[in-house]
Amino acid sequence: MLKINNLYTIAEDDHDKKILNGLDLEINPGEVHVIMGPNGSGKSTLANTILNNPRYIVTEGNIEFEGQDITNMRTNEIAKLGIFMSFQTPEEIPGITLAHFLKSTKKSITGEKQSIVELSKEISENMNKLDMNKSYLNRDFNVGFSGGEKKKNEILQMLTYNPKLVMLDETDSGLDVDAIKTVVKGINLYKNDSNAVLIITHSTKILDGLNVDKVHVLVNGKIVESGDMSLANYIDQNGYKKYLGENHEN
Amino acid sequence: MKTNINEYEDKETRNIYNIKSTLESSKKILGLSEEIVRNISKEKNEPDWVLNIRLKALDLYNKMEDPDWGPDISYLNIDELLTYVKPSTGENRSWEDVPDDIKEVFDKLGIPEDEKKNLAGVGAQFDSEMIYHNLTEKMKELGVIYTNFDVAIQEYPELVKEYFTKAVPLTDHKYIALHYALFSGGSFVYIPAGVKLDQPLQSYFRLNEKGAGQFEHTLIIVEDSASLEFIEGCSAPGYNELNLHAGCVELFVKKNAYLRFSTIENWSKNMLNLNTKKCYVEENGTIEWIMGSFGSKVSMLYPLSVLNGRNAKCEFTNISFAGKGQNLDTGFKVIHNAPNTKTVVNAKSISKDGGICLFRSYSWVKNNAKNSKLALSCESLMMDSESRSDTIPVNNIETSDCVFSHEASIGKISERAIFYLMSRGMSEVEAKALIVRGFAEPIAKAFPVEYAVEMNRLINLELEGSIG
Repeated sequence: MLKINNLYTIAEDDHDKKILNGLDLEINPGEVHVIMGPNGSGKSTLANTILNNPRYIVTEGNIEFEGQDITNMRTNEIAKLGIFMSFQTPEEIPGITLAHFLKSTKKSITGEKQSIVELSKEISENMNKLDMNKSYLNRDFNVGFSGGEKKKNEILQMLTYNPKLVMLDETDSGLDVDAIKTVVKGINLYKNDSNAVLIITHSTKILDGLNVDKVHVLVNGKIVESGDMSLANYIDQNGYKKYLGENHEN
Repeated sequence: MKTNINEYEDKETRNIYNIKSTLESSKKILGLSEEIVRNISKEKNEPDWVLNIRLKALDLYNKMEDPDWGPDISYLNIDELLTYVKPSTGENRSWEDVPDDIKEVFDKLGIPEDEKKNLAGVGAQFDSEMIYHNLTEKMKELGVIYTNFDVAIQEYPELVKEYFTKAVPLTDHKYIALHYALFSGGSFVYIPAGVKLDQPLQSYFRLNEKGAGQFEHTLIIVEDSASLEFIEGCSAPGYNELNLHAGCVELFVKKNAYLRFSTIENWSKNMLNLNTKKCYVEENGTIEWIMGSFGSKVSMLYPLSVLNGRNAKCEFTNISFAGKGQNLDTGFKVIHNAPNTKTVVNAKSISKDGGICLFRSYSWVKNNAKNSKLALSCESLMMDSESRSDTIPVNNIETSDCVFSHEASIGKISERAIFYLMSRGMSEVEAKALIVRGFAEPIAKAFPVEYAVEMNRLINLELEGSIG
């Protein structure tokens, strides 16, 4: 489904700043992948680069999605192919209600004309599943939402768009136990055999209720080790000392 | 040589705004002189007292200098300007009687349709003269007067004499002097005491002729405990030659009266909009200004509210949108001249492609204005780093018994927000338009609903170059 080949990136505002350094990754339909890594290792850059965020420039390598090279595609076109990111810091859009946002973006992403009644029903059901208060629909998008509410809103969008590949960029950070449970519930509701999930995280808490297929350790812009859930548990216990010691060239 | 402003020609299709009537005008006057002023007055059959105002104003205009601040307007050459353009039709009471070519313009702007749906009266000006004016029978029976300003001079001379030039004197500035020398058309509104209109009146000003000026005069009197919502719309098709709008609005809000004055202005980008507006508010009266400024090459417009009676209130809501080649120098002025007076200002501006939005405010709280309140909020959104935006507040507070607050924020559109929306499938342009619409939303809410829709359409037009 997603295939990243020998990817190198630099920062748009600082061309000397190398972030990803020859990253390879392959995700197949039905899989749940986890990327862990110390601060500044390039985890968020990876997710942003997949969506071609103009803040990062790819200098080498490429990204394929369902056999198509998406490296230089515009962000909205990539989104329309079915790649979704849950943002670490979701944006606020003053003056635009959550309901308006969901309706117009759903149309943008799917290109389909769904009846308002049908979509409203779908949104309402998804909000119930995520224990979200319906009154939020009439509030400005993310304005005055708590950190937890903003992250739930990301999961609500995920369920509403039903993309093929979901990237969760530290969705669990800053959330209390109950909110993490709701996020996990949302992921499990979404997950099926034909879609895939890439979880970027610092902690293993979010992984507890999920069926993880692969865990990757990202250090200095490169995947230095891949394994199963036991690798995540190892890092939870021991941190990244082992990898940092081996990668002193930077 | 004609002033050429080719560089600011509207490249994109402005659709309905660009419809031009090709019907020949019945009279065109170029330039300015005493003879011309006398001719215009004669054409209108004016009494001497009006002619004398014109001549006095002309004299003042000739003696006065351009303001030494604000945008450069020195390229305006009055000798090259068509100062009076008489359309090929007189004033009509029915749209059926308006020549097809002109009616089509107003049809496209949706005026006759709005009139049927939800307006108590409509006036429509084409170049220098009103070509349509109508008021529902019900309003006439209540004693409401809504008429062409030239007609008002003939039919209600006492009323006009009492108020005309009393809010805005001839001496205010050079371009108000020019206005009084050349004024033509505009609306006169009189709402008798206690009459509350449940539907708005709307005057629409259309400048069709290239290289022409429009100098309409609007005078509104809302008597004690009366209530009125007045809507004014302005637009013009784009030309390569400079057009001038130097209109004037004089408003009188009496005791316990209410006036909401909404303007949506979409002049073409070859227009100098040097407009003057003033309102006097008596005890417990309310003026609400709602303004949307989208068009013009240069605008200089700073409506003044004088709160002359205890508990008088002023609400001022403004949005300006400056694109390429536009310099919108707008703002507001208020004088608190009585106790317990209140002002609330909510101004927003958007600038893009090098456009300039400047918001000036002048607040004068006199010593007698005890227990008065002023809350000013100005927010600016810049779409790129070439565009400019600023606020210049000047405050003259003579009493310590006054609560004054001023918030200003100026920011560039967030790249992060654009990326976020693009990750939700929106194109860059759609993402920007959504952010701008959200920014403008609190102002859009204040507009009459058709104009809120119109405003969103203008935002789309400005951002996408098409009506979405």
